[in-house]
Amino acid sequence: MRSRRFGLSMGYLAAIVVLGVTVVPLLFVLLGGFRTNAQINTDPAGLPGPWVWDNYTAVLGSGAFWTFLGNSALIAVIATVLAVALGSMAGYALSRYHFKGREAFYTLFTLGLLFPLGVATLPLYLWLRQLGMLESFWGVAIPEAAFSLPVTIVILRPFMHAIPGELEDAAVLDGASRLGFFWRILLPLSAPALTTVAVLAFVTSWNAYLLPLLVFNDSAHFTLPLGVATFQSQYSQDTARVLAFTALSMIPALAFFVLAERRIVGGLTGSVKG
Amino acid sequence: MTTVTSPVRAARGPRPSVPAVPARVRRSSLRKRLELTLLLGPALLLFAGFVLVPIGIAAFYSLFNWNGFGALDDFVGFDNYADAFTGSVFQGAIGHNLIIAGLSIVVQLPLSIGLALLLNRKLRGRAVLRALVFAPYVLSEAITAVIWLLMLQPGGFMDQLLKGVGLGGLIHQWVADPGLVLYTLFAVITWKYIGFGIILLLAGLQGVPAELREAAALDGASAWQTTRHVVLPLLGPTIRIWVFLSVIGSLQLFDLVWIMTLGGPANASTTMATYLIDHGFKRYEFGFGSAVAVILFVICFVFALLYQRFALRRDTEGALTRMVG
Repeated sequence: MRSRRFGLSMGYLAAIVVLGVTVVPLLFVLLGGFRTNAQINTDPAGLPGPWVWDNYTAVLGSGAFWTFLGNSALIAVIATVLAVALGSMAGYALSRYHFKGREAFYTLFTLGLLFPLGVATLPLYLWLRQLGMLESFWGVAIPEAAFSLPVTIVILRPFMHAIPGELEDAAVLDGASRLGFFWRILLPLSAPALTTVAVLAFVTSWNAYLLPLLVFNDSAHFTLPLGVATFQSQYSQDTARVLAFTALSMIPALAFFVLAERRIVGGLTGSVKG
Repeated sequence: MTTVTSPVRAARGPRPSVPAVPARVRRSSLRKRLELTLLLGPALLLFAGFVLVPIGIAAFYSLFNWNGFGALDDFVGFDNYADAFTGSVFQGAIGHNLIIAGLSIVVQLPLSIGLALLLNRKLRGRAVLRALVFAPYVLSEAITAVIWLLMLQPGGFMDQLLKGVGLGGLIHQWVADPGLVLYTLFAVITWKYIGFGIILLLAGLQGVPAELREAAALDGASAWQTTRHVVLPLLGPTIRIWVFLSVIGSLQLFDLVWIMTLGGPANASTTMATYLIDHGFKRYEFGFGSAVAVILFVICFVFALLYQRFALRRDTEGALTRMVG
């Protein structure tokens, strides 16, 4: 009994330490945005006193932040829609059709898991240049979708495979074609898995840095990660403003995470849990 | 109800184990081929066009000395590869990637396991805790890099914090000291990714039946013995996957390093990926950069194959077939 209580208090201790280490840097940024540079310089670890709103209002009023936010959202939506649409079609073909070379196609896609976008970026850049896709949102969104396909298919195929064959038989009896079955029955039934792969594709695109860095030269096309890094080096003297900008760019990711936490955590742990 | 189903199929009834190959389809194999092309074609096209082709052209360009413009006429064979491997900066970069990978396994793994074991209790506010621990993982590496750059400024937040708790002697040039910068980066990586490890292991721990622990306790096993001989072996698959993801991630490290140090000072934190972008993109050595990209591919690929073959063999069945959110 004593050891159990000891274990529990150690648990709380660990929880407090982990929480502190995780949260303090985030609070440093959020609260720092409410301070002036003079406050930060004299007391880097202090609280705002008095609270100033200027940094946040300046960032929100500047337009650059909204441009980056819009670009990120647009690219992430295109990449997600493409990856989920094409991935679910391929997942259907690879799970419920019998044909020669099916396993070979599947293996080909799973090989893609070994080549994350980061490694392939330089050759990809050269290829996009040849295709004339530099400085274009498609030039970022399409490769991101292509690199999201492997994980999408690897998650969707077993899920679609597990949907009972009787349902397909019943649909066929009712006069549905196989494509009709896919569209009207299989896709709605696969909603949980589709949400998971959509969230994964969206987050990957949202956080991408290297590909947009190479493809975009014009800051009007920058995505949020690119914008944060550029803003930081541009305004390195104005720490308070950089803190406010960084804090504001954390918010969409954190908000999205709060809304989709179960999907993200479930998708990640589910996809790797043995 | 319009019935186009063949009566043969209906009479035979459903076959639950085999996902339906109706006779109808065999008869109209042309239609099936059309459907397959329609379903599989776009994904294959996208995948081939933007994943496979770049890899192929990288292998091709890597045989040339090419600045990215003009004709590809300076064929140099495998010289770019030889130059990369004999260059001290690239050797250093490989070393840095390996140090990060090694430190992850030696430091992050035990830390994650320990914290997951401690947190795997009925603590109050557990849901909130789990969400917050995971928060840094969803932030981009770009944001993470900027946060820590600001915190680690000389005389900044971190330095003042250390002074405040009486550890002022520990203050260093966190990112400007060539001997320290790699470890600073590792600490930031740990901050960002430890929550992922903890969540993964907590999910794994839920798969350990309470009866097993109770049985071990009844047999007189101490808490440590139960953990060591019952819980850890059952976490094996989770740990092996974590190691895989962690090593692959360490080999490809880029965003964080590029924003925080650009690989400096004096190449003390160069990784293979920052080296690749520095040469290929910044210095317009596209042939050479392509060779480095191919090397990076091959290293990741060989590691993945070997790891798959020797460590994940037992788990892949489960890992691949149960990948459902």
